[in-house]
Amino acid sequence: MTASDRPKLAVWKFASCDGCQLTLLDCEDELLGIAERVEISHFLEASSADAPGPYDLSLIEGSVTTQQDVDRAQHIRAVSKRLVTIGACATAGGVQALRNYADVADFQAAVYARPDYIETLATSTPISAHVPVDFELRGCPIDRGQLVEVITAYLAERRPDVPAHSVCFECKQRGTVCVTVAHGTPCLGPVTHAGCGAICPAYGRGCYGCFGPSNSTNFPSFIPLLRRDGMDTLDVVRVLRTFNTAAPEFDTASRKELEE
Amino acid sequence: MTHRGSRVLKVGSLARVEGEGALYLRMDGGRVAEARLAIYEPPRFFEAFLRGRSYAEPPDITSRVCGICPVAYQMSACRAIEDACGVVVDGQLAALRRLLYCGEWIESQTLHIYLLHAPDFFGCDSAIDLARSRRADIERGLRLKQAGNAILELLGGRAIHPVNVRLGGFHRIPTTTELRPLADRLRRARDDAAQTVRWVAGFEFPDAGCDNDLFALSEPGTYAIESGTPTVMPAPHSACLTPESDRALPTRTFEVHDFGAHVAESQVPHSTALHSLLDNRRHLTGSLARYAISGRWLSPIALQAAHDAGLGDPRQGTVCRNPFRSIIVRAVEVLYAVDEALRIIDAYEPPPHPYVGVPSRAGTGHGATEAPRGLLYHRYTLDSEGTVTDASLVPPTAQNLGAVEEDLRRIVQERLGDGDPTDAELTALCERAVRNHDPCISCSAHFLNLTVERT
Repeated sequence: MTASDRPKLAVWKFASCDGCQLTLLDCEDELLGIAERVEISHFLEASSADAPGPYDLSLIEGSVTTQQDVDRAQHIRAVSKRLVTIGACATAGGVQALRNYADVADFQAAVYARPDYIETLATSTPISAHVPVDFELRGCPIDRGQLVEVITAYLAERRPDVPAHSVCFECKQRGTVCVTVAHGTPCLGPVTHAGCGAICPAYGRGCYGCFGPSNSTNFPSFIPLLRRDGMDTLDVVRVLRTFNTAAPEFDTASRKELEE
Repeated sequence: MTHRGSRVLKVGSLARVEGEGALYLRMDGGRVAEARLAIYEPPRFFEAFLRGRSYAEPPDITSRVCGICPVAYQMSACRAIEDACGVVVDGQLAALRRLLYCGEWIESQTLHIYLLHAPDFFGCDSAIDLARSRRADIERGLRLKQAGNAILELLGGRAIHPVNVRLGGFHRIPTTTELRPLADRLRRARDDAAQTVRWVAGFEFPDAGCDNDLFALSEPGTYAIESGTPTVMPAPHSACLTPESDRALPTRTFEVHDFGAHVAESQVPHSTALHSLLDNRRHLTGSLARYAISGRWLSPIALQAAHDAGLGDPRQGTVCRNPFRSIIVRAVEVLYAVDEALRIIDAYEPPPHPYVGVPSRAGTGHGATEAPRGLLYHRYTLDSEGTVTDASLVPPTAQNLGAVEEDLRRIVQERLGDGDPTDAELTALCERAVRNHDPCISCSAHFLNLTVERT
């Protein structure tokens, strides 16, 4: 295929750590192959070349935290046939959405000697709060295998095959003994979206929810389990309010926890 | 726009850097009046939202400052909080931490060398572009990078934001059997790393020199990575870098507890993104600084490779102050990290427990480690319940900004002396100058929205 025949891929960054974009560069075995199948038209972390849109597939990392971000999200949507968010920031506001529970002016004053120089929105929001999104890939960071699946799927014009069940399924697949059952370790696996491969329990710690909520969560049944295993109210709130704090399920559960 | 008279060169978004930054140059006739590197990465307020979290959380949370060096954040956070709690992690647990950090050095530095920096030396837009003519070289780079990721994945659980680090050590430690396949892979990676040094040593390097103070940790007997004492090697007296000025000068050190008394960060309106001064002078952290301060402690294989690559012998006091040649120093560091990882694996004996207990107590703790791009300092204050009441993160990028801007000013000034560069030429030169040092911008936990003043 010549360059002009190939689908055009763009990778964009909003407020984030760059880890999800890096996941693409961490596809060491697939990177050159992917680059042969698509034209990488905009990917500032990897290339100085910057071709104008429209783009067949845009991947967005990071959350919306400035007015310019809002405008940029709308522009990207307008020039992209398919728009996929990659990671917890773009999908659920990221760890920086902790400002959503605070007065952002207090945050600015805590970090900056001259907070008046800082231009920021009071919230950190996912891309879907501003423009329609075709698919959201979860994770902090995203999983390499899932990223390759998503890119491949859109190249083939099919839906990505990314399971929406909980981390518990992946523990079973991996053959990991349940850390909650065996050791009484608090674990967010039952309410957390699969994708990481259930790493934390395999390393002897409870899941801390970095892939955000799974498609079916039952917090009224689940939170008493966390309490049984030693977490108090603030522990529960903190673990829900970390990397996917603005995901509606985690947000609602943490608010309810504080009310009770 | 031609360069006669006054002109302004603005590069809206830097490519092949991690994070988001912009460049601003103001020239007045043949003189560079101002060079600014602006960070427009939006603020994420880590230091604010760490307040009120449990003291066990910063290693996981601060890793999210940077996807390219999460281990550096985890290690500096652990050291600072353990310091506050009066705990020292040593023996095999410390060795495993160093092994994890070697994985990050290999992965992150190789990313910098092959994917961000090397394309500059071939006039290519990207490593993917470069792979069209140099496929074997890029494949070697990807393979080497993958070897670093393999350490992170085995010991940390995953390459980006590893999950296995905790206060006092690890959640789970590997068996010697688990480490064996890693050693086989690293032996192959050592050949790739040695070849990388030879490859980059053959690039063409412009003459250049930076006259900043160099700042890195030092730990006599070893190349400082995950621990050490803050050490400063002053710049030569003259900005004119003669061969004599490439010699190491006497260093001075201070305790990590005194970091705040020496390194001052300040916000300055209508100027640079952020100023960070070390004892009121510009300073540079990262590979050039580490090589100058710890070079003599490199392993024999890395020392020989450095010598063969034309870097001289740091045991004889030779330092490298040419920012363009930092790619060679970085390659030597990767070779060292592979060699060091193998040494640690060979000497590994599983410790009795994966971690030592870190009981909380009220106090303030300090921690500094060598992130791939330079010295990363954390400070935390805890109350008696182990809740974080105050946090400060000083990333290498923020420290390097002043030195990088000075570098930009000097490089452009020199280029103007050689004739009439076009804006495109100047832009390419400036982007190279930034990538020479530190292509890692999202770790700027601080941010200043820049107002561009045109003349």
